[in-house]
Amino acid sequence: MKSLELWGAIFAIVLASSGGDVLLSSAMKRIGDLHDLYAERGLLVVVGRVVSERRFLLALCCFTIGFFSLLTALSWGDASLVAPASASLTFIASAVMAKIFLKEDVDHRRWVAALLVCVGVVLLR
Amino acid sequence: MNLKKYLVLLAVMCFGSVGDALLKRGMNDFGPVDLHHPLHVVTALANPWVLAGIACLIVFFSSYLNALSWADLSYVLPATALGYVLVTILGRTFLHENVSPARWLGVLLISCGVGWVTRGPALTAPRQARIPAPEEQHEIA
Repeated sequence: MKSLELWGAIFAIVLASSGGDVLLSSAMKRIGDLHDLYAERGLLVVVGRVVSERRFLLALCCFTIGFFSLLTALSWGDASLVAPASASLTFIASAVMAKIFLKEDVDHRRWVAALLVCVGVVLLR
Repeated sequence: MNLKKYLVLLAVMCFGSVGDALLKRGMNDFGPVDLHHPLHVVTALANPWVLAGIACLIVFFSSYLNALSWADLSYVLPATALGYVLVTILGRTFLHENVSPARWLGVLLISCGVGWVTRGPALTAPRQARIPAPEEQHEIA
């Protein structure tokens, strides 16, 4: 049962982190290239546009949930399992969610890169 | 992709990794957090290592937002994974940590993944309406 709870917490980390990344990416695409906005309107306008974007605030909520899920998972299991499992699964989940929700062109190049990084992260920890 | 955009990706890699390392250094000085007095952790902000770590993470987050404004998420995440490699090399060089062959293999795989993805396009091209072939136009007419 404890193992089930631990994997539930790891699943929550992966879901919250990937969801936060997708929301953040969506928010930044709605705002547009920050280089151009900064050059045209200045820093205060850039900051104002970012913090007033609803998806940005939702992304922050997701990251907060992910952070507390991480703390919970670390209190239930070893860091040597929680950290690599959550980091590597987040790479794959983000690629899947980017394809589904952001309609990104996740071609074979990006799938292979995500898999290589995923396996590499597991070996590093 | 131009040089400025590669520098933004480099900033995401470097400031994220260095920020984490500085926070870890600061929290080592601070000691374990007492769960009975959770607000005591706020006093860790007086530690210069923690402050330096937070400053680095602010730069990291700004660079990350910048990168996501002109590149796909499925491009930015693998492209900035070189930060893991950087931490391993910093640990080996400055902290004299033992890096096993399995870890070096991990470094190699991540480097291959980063090199592979950064050679492709950074942003999905917007979908364009399909232009009918000449014979289709004739049928429509």
